[in-house]
Amino acid sequence: MARFAIRRFIAAAAVLFVISVLTFLIFQVIPNGDPAARIGGQHANAQTIAQIRKTWGFDQPVYVQYLRTMKQIFTGQVVSYSQGVNVLDSIRQGLPATISLAVGAGIIWLSLGVLFGVITAINAGKFTDKSLTVLAFVGVSCPPFFLGALAIYYLGYKAGIIPLGGYVSFTTSPWQWFTHLIAPWLVLSVLFIGIYSRVLRSTILDTENEDYVRTARAKGLSERQVMRRHILRNSLIPIISLWGLDFAQVIGGGAILTETVFNLHGVGQFAAYSIQALDVPPVLVVTMLTAFFVVLFGAIVDIFYAVLDPRIRLSV
Amino acid sequence: MAEQPLLQVEDLRVSFNTEEGLVQAVDRASFSVRRGEVLAIVGESGSGKSVSVMTLIGLTRGPNARFEGRAIFEGRDLVSASEGELRKVRGAGIAMVFQDPMSSLDPVYRIGDQIVEQIRAHESGVSKAQALDRAVELMERVGIPRARERIRSYPHEFSGGMRQRVMIAMALSNAPKLLIADEPTTALDVTIQAQILDELRQLRDQTGAGIILVTHDLGVVADIADRIVVMYAGRVVEQGTLDEIFYDPQHPYTWGLLGSITRIDRDRSERLPAIPGLPPSLLAPPQGCHFRPRCPHAFERCTQVPELISRLADAPDHLDRCWLSVEEKRTLRQVGDQIGLATGETVIS
Repeated sequence: MARFAIRRFIAAAAVLFVISVLTFLIFQVIPNGDPAARIGGQHANAQTIAQIRKTWGFDQPVYVQYLRTMKQIFTGQVVSYSQGVNVLDSIRQGLPATISLAVGAGIIWLSLGVLFGVITAINAGKFTDKSLTVLAFVGVSCPPFFLGALAIYYLGYKAGIIPLGGYVSFTTSPWQWFTHLIAPWLVLSVLFIGIYSRVLRSTILDTENEDYVRTARAKGLSERQVMRRHILRNSLIPIISLWGLDFAQVIGGGAILTETVFNLHGVGQFAAYSIQALDVPPVLVVTMLTAFFVVLFGAIVDIFYAVLDPRIRLSV
Repeated sequence: MAEQPLLQVEDLRVSFNTEEGLVQAVDRASFSVRRGEVLAIVGESGSGKSVSVMTLIGLTRGPNARFEGRAIFEGRDLVSASEGELRKVRGAGIAMVFQDPMSSLDPVYRIGDQIVEQIRAHESGVSKAQALDRAVELMERVGIPRARERIRSYPHEFSGGMRQRVMIAMALSNAPKLLIADEPTTALDVTIQAQILDELRQLRDQTGAGIILVTHDLGVVADIADRIVVMYAGRVVEQGTLDEIFYDPQHPYTWGLLGSITRIDRDRSERLPAIPGLPPSLLAPPQGCHFRPRCPHAFERCTQVPELISRLADAPDHLDRCWLSVEEKRTLRQVGDQIGLATGETVIS
């Protein structure tokens, strides 16, 4: 276990390093990406821009700039170019909304994805399966900004059931927190429910043909017991690893579209704003945060994997 | 036959609707098993032997399968029984051991828990601790050393032979009256095969259960069977006692099977006799006797299906499906034995 943790820690550091270098370099080659010009604003003359370049250190070699930014990030001093505020503070403010979104949606898409996966697999080839399959494809092809806009217009504006957007913290009002999040949870979940139910359906149908499932039937177990204890138990293993990575994505600010369309002020929306402004430090930090969560949950998923499937050992 | 057989299968037909057409996997198979008896069902792959026995506990049921005939077990017809009735028979009255022990145990559960699951599937009053104790006893009984510790192991921590012992222990959990073993030794090393057969034999002696052993291996059959059913392309072509089949085989297919056993007393340079040709497709089987296209002794009459009846005055229970007269069979068989049955070029060395 200790060896596993150390290996994963080294891997995580390597991933974060590569990701940060790549992100930093991308902004060096993007056209119109000169941060000095952006800080100076529309009417800045060449002299002002040269002055900004000098004070912010943009005239120094790229690796010096990279190292300085990294140092700022890890000492908590990193400042946004466009707004001049501390990036880590902004992310800290956005995290509660993002975590609320991720946890709620993660629970919904996992449970509904599993439910629909089981229903379609049990009824494979029948009407229920076919109609849910069509629904899954519709769900997968509907982008969150479209579904979100529909929800806000019909459920919020027309029917007045949900608020028109924004985020209220749980400590302020649990009920308000819930009503503000229910639509984002569902909208974000639709895509994942579609994917998960399809993946689980095909895994279940494969597992159905395993010899040990035949053994389970030969034991005289009921169809329900065979499904729950043997088929589902084995089919859930790939779903769990999918879930870990998707959840990490969302909690690291990956649900940019959903957060933006519902105006949740989360990490994802902050990232969206920073990308528009070609603001390197916040984008860099959010990217690294997402990568960190993906690596972290990847390790957690691997530990879980070993628990779920005793044939897998953590030594690798 | 004063004693009522444990299982009586009569005219069992199983067909599957496939995309290519109707497959008649089992065609009017009849056989019976008595208490304390080992019945071997022998045949090549695709002969319908596995389908026949899996049908007995409903494992072949599905939207595309059709069944006819009867299989009477403890006064109940298993072919027409409801799914709920069958479930009570599975694992309790009739238990099954499958071919591949490597894949027949669920990889994510401990050995002990899988045996406990079997025990409690039919005896819901037994506590988990009691069931675990019984699992240890069962494992000891089938020769698994250190059963108390090994009960916590997972299937992948066991060798193939040990896993098959676990499968047998599991099958014995609810003291079944009939044990069906579908190629139980095929996936195992020869030395382990003998041990597993030993276990089955002991078990039959101790419990008095009937055993159906499905196999293509005549060596296994000679070792353990009391009676033999030979199947070919979905039909029973011959059945009788071990001695009857081995020393007085009536059907040319049985001669071929017996001729293709490797024997120590044969010269090694000799080619191993093989039956020429391939088994027919069950989608469009040949008219009449299914073995006709491969049979060197076929004649006009073979385009009609011979009944499975006794054709020998002194052996009323030795049945076969061949039109040849008893005298013809004896002569042809002797010639065949001298020259070897093979006319094809297939060589197995």
